[in-house]
Amino acid sequence: MEIPLNRERIRVWLLGSRTSYGALFTVFLYLLLIAIGFVYLYPLLFMFVTSIKSPQDLLNPMVQWVPTELYLGNYVKAFRVLNYPVNLMNTILVSVAPSLIQTLVCSVIGYGLARYRFPGKHLVMGLILATFIIPPQTTVIPQMLTYRELGLLGNILSLILPATFGQGYRSAIFILIFYQTFISMPKVLEEAARLDGASDWLVFARIAVPTAIPAYVISIIFSIVWYWNETYLTVIFLEGGIQTLPMQLAKFTQAYENLYPPGMVNIFDRINEAVKMSGTFLNILPLLLMYFVMQKWFVESVERSGITGE
Amino acid sequence: MNVQKLLRGEMKHRTREALHGYAFVFIWIVGFLVFTLAPMVETLRYSMNEVTVTATGIVMDFREWQNYTRALFTDPNFVELLIEYVIKTLVSVPVVLIFSMIIALLLNLRFKLRGVFRTIFFLPVVITSGPVIKELAAQGAASAPQVASSAAVMQFLQGLPTYLRNPVEYLLTSFILILWFSGVQILIYLAGFQKIDHSIYEAAAIDGASAWESFWKITLPALTPTTIVNAVYTIITLSHFSENEVIRYIYSRTYDVQGGIGYASAMSYIFFLALVLLLAVVYGGLTFGTKER
Repeated sequence: MEIPLNRERIRVWLLGSRTSYGALFTVFLYLLLIAIGFVYLYPLLFMFVTSIKSPQDLLNPMVQWVPTELYLGNYVKAFRVLNYPVNLMNTILVSVAPSLIQTLVCSVIGYGLARYRFPGKHLVMGLILATFIIPPQTTVIPQMLTYRELGLLGNILSLILPATFGQGYRSAIFILIFYQTFISMPKVLEEAARLDGASDWLVFARIAVPTAIPAYVISIIFSIVWYWNETYLTVIFLEGGIQTLPMQLAKFTQAYENLYPPGMVNIFDRINEAVKMSGTFLNILPLLLMYFVMQKWFVESVERSGITGE
Repeated sequence: MNVQKLLRGEMKHRTREALHGYAFVFIWIVGFLVFTLAPMVETLRYSMNEVTVTATGIVMDFREWQNYTRALFTDPNFVELLIEYVIKTLVSVPVVLIFSMIIALLLNLRFKLRGVFRTIFFLPVVITSGPVIKELAAQGAASAPQVASSAAVMQFLQGLPTYLRNPVEYLLTSFILILWFSGVQILIYLAGFQKIDHSIYEAAAIDGASAWESFWKITLPALTPTTIVNAVYTIITLSHFSENEVIRYIYSRTYDVQGGIGYASAMSYIFFLALVLLLAVVYGGLTFGTKER
């Protein structure tokens, strides 16, 4: 009696049953996850390790993954080259302000599409999808010339204005998120309020908005991240005016050589990959911090709000 | 008379609803006309002119299709870059789709530390910007560790014909970057899995289907709409990415003193057309493939 029972137990432990996966599968699963996770994190690890290498370590072929000392000189230089405090504040301003406006406007548009029937609605929705596909290159030159004429080039208004009219960076996605959110919400409460004599805008502000808070949160954080990382439009519209961290990173070498002219400094203070990696790391650090604080919101709310597109 | 009154009431209600609807969407319609349609028409006009920016304004000199023929037949770089872009995108899309589906499948299982792995796989979405990617790629942090530079792989690549070698080489050297573009797609697949009715799996299991079979016969077909959304999203993200070679080339020509704007506008429209064709081909391929099954 004893032996077959034990055998059965071992079999279940190894291969799993209806309620558990079994040891073999679990080990396989973790190995696979760790392998893929390593591939994902490899560039970040590489960047971090390189950024704390001293010039001697960089030249030493024996030093690959473990630097001989923790050298922070690269960060000091990169901090100066990026003009960090000023440009960090600029980047925050340039990504937060359009994001807030874009989210608000997109929610109004999404609500209108989800709750009202009107002629031409399908055309509008089709055009919204089209704005997602249209490459910015086919619209950016006339915009740039117009802003130049109005003296708005280098002004944050050049990013805020399109966002105010639902034409911000990836606005289409946010309109669809709000459309999906509002269309899957029951109408009952809104109809009751309307019978009580509340106006359409009041119904929207008092009843629809509070129930859609999760959609607002994802919308704002995705918007901030995308505006932060977007460099094509920001370079064209803001160059010469506001300087953001990614813009400064894009011309890092040049900025470095302005501060530390190659002819003037000793060989160890010339630009090298460690300084560049420090600059890159300083660039993504604020986003990393924001991500680790808010990652639950990032990863879970997207599922909950059910953005699947169709 | 009653009927007429009713009809009138109904009409009124409908018109009112439509007006309120327009009130909510109005701002978008204005924005579309001012910030999208008007600049698009203007760019189209530029593309048929030689545009010079002077201190007083813009001077245009009509050139018919000259900018287009220059891009397609005279310019030694543009068409080559365009073909390269199409090939790279066609190589990247299946990699992104397959990887994001595998990762979503794994994350859909019950295990400890699931949150940690989710955080890792979603990380690239947060930090992927043009300059960051450019710096990482320049330092060689983007290729699959040690694989792309090993002698055996080099030899294997030497043996391939050119039209195969380039995509394979690209795949090896930019493998991690391609993966880094699959964050949002993982989430969309996870959401897609949760929409599938669980009772179907139970019924299949009772009929003796293995997990392998139910993946191919139930999960994959049910995910077709999700896959199409993901494919479109991937193509658009890769195409609009600021480090895209075609985009960089168009940008660099924009500031040419002689006819730069007109020429860049023409290239933008050719690029737009290529993107639409690419979307049509992938969309057609995915829908056709599922109808076959």
